[in-house]
Amino acid sequence: MIGKVLDIRAMSATSTAPPGIRSAPVLAKLIDTSSCIGCKACEVACQEWNDLPPETTVQHGTYQTLPDTTPNFWNLIKFNEHETSDGGFQWLFRKDQCMHCADPGCLKACPAPGAIVQYNNGIVDFQQDNCIGCGYCIAGCPFNVPKMSKQTKKVYKCTLCVDRVSVGLEPACIKACPTSCLVFGSKDVLLQKAQSRVTQLKAAGFSEAGIYDPPGVGGTGVVTILAYGNNPGAYGLPKDPSISWIVELWKSPLKWIGNLAIIGGVLGTFVHYLRFGPKHVPQSALTDQTEAGRRGEQ
Amino acid sequence: MAITMMKPVKVVPGNVLRYSFTERLVHWAAALSYIYLLLSGLAFWTPWMWWVAMMLGGGPVCRAVHPWMGLVFTISVIYMLRLWLPDMRITKTDLEWKKTIRAYVRNEEEEMHPVQAERGFARFAPVDRFNLGQKYLFWVMFWGGITLFLTGMVLWFSEYLPWSLRFLRLLSIFLHPVAFLITLAGFIIHVYMGTAVVRGGFSSVIRGEVSEGWARYHHRLWFDRITGASAAKK
Repeated sequence: MIGKVLDIRAMSATSTAPPGIRSAPVLAKLIDTSSCIGCKACEVACQEWNDLPPETTVQHGTYQTLPDTTPNFWNLIKFNEHETSDGGFQWLFRKDQCMHCADPGCLKACPAPGAIVQYNNGIVDFQQDNCIGCGYCIAGCPFNVPKMSKQTKKVYKCTLCVDRVSVGLEPACIKACPTSCLVFGSKDVLLQKAQSRVTQLKAAGFSEAGIYDPPGVGGTGVVTILAYGNNPGAYGLPKDPSISWIVELWKSPLKWIGNLAIIGGVLGTFVHYLRFGPKHVPQSALTDQTEAGRRGEQ
Repeated sequence: MAITMMKPVKVVPGNVLRYSFTERLVHWAAALSYIYLLLSGLAFWTPWMWWVAMMLGGGPVCRAVHPWMGLVFTISVIYMLRLWLPDMRITKTDLEWKKTIRAYVRNEEEEMHPVQAERGFARFAPVDRFNLGQKYLFWVMFWGGITLFLTGMVLWFSEYLPWSLRFLRLLSIFLHPVAFLITLAGFIIHVYMGTAVVRGGFSSVIRGEVSEGWARYHHRLWFDRITGASAAKK
């Protein structure tokens, strides 16, 4: 997205400052899972707008037609089957897609310059022309979002319809949602809206209702209202997601210790040579033992 | 096997054969593949080195070739184990030699008067075909290579690794660079010692030959063994 360069706030594997000079309000998508009816209109809209090839559905005994998002299926409604305390049945829908973290683990883990960018409005986007297909982003992501194509060896995921948003349109899924459980806009405004919905749900008997905007990844650009906010696991969401400490350890202390060790090693051998130089085979070694002694006396 | 039979029949007078053709071939298969792995790996390691990936055909090309070079390297070090295992076992004499390693590193043997030395170089325990440093290098490269291979396989087939095995992916992205750094330390010292410090080392692994004096000086036990001199001397 060449036209978006001035909006780039963060860029993977880039040692110098990112090119973004514009500022913009942080945008978000609000998903109210309590009013989702599981119609999958958002899935269709996503496939259609992004012009992605259809996925072969998998029948595994539930209404969910795919087990997981794929390289060409970026938005999947998860039909989590939940048994209530009184033995009743409930679907806990969840819109599985990229969460657009404020502190994106994928971007942190990526070794290819500019393959993952974050715009000033918070959208995290993969630039497949810069992607080298290493799959490190998959390790960086706490939500299992990036999917690598076996054909192209590149990773793909939801772009939050950055191409639509940058020309003032809302994402395709939002446009298609018939119950308005999907809303798009400024994150500040949406969080207020989410708060009033949570109050409403609590009044309706869902005492554990809450907002899923995990602070472990700096908050997300996809904010979810959960009727059972104390149990994100029931929706298939990690309870307290964060970038794995292994990724942090690798990208921060190990990188700097390693860089210093490499430079120190190269310089060290150089200094050693300046100080001690090469080893010479002495004359005495050129002949045999007895002669060595004799020559040594010379 | 035909290739192991291709030992050079002629050695320049005054020289001895140190590395057979097979040994040199395997050494350079490992060396060249390691250099490619190092260069492309450095590009993945830090954006400051990304220009190397550009010179090697771009990021995606490096990512595609890197694992294949890794296979060449892995097979080479395993073959080296087969070739050199008897020579690479650490012996009691090596531990004796280790006591004077500081003097060895400082090239202090050159300051010694040979007359004072019982066997010419008695301050140092005599060295067999490889000294302790070379043995350490071998084992660092071998175990480092195995670690890089195992973690590299996980990273190679990234798209096939299910989410449930995520710990393997995390373990691999961490252990792969750790093993890389450890082998790089060995590599830097090895290249420096083999080219700059121990003159004659580099040509020995190219043409296979060293002078008798070189062999006697640096690898006395080995020299005595291959020339049958040991029994005569004692």
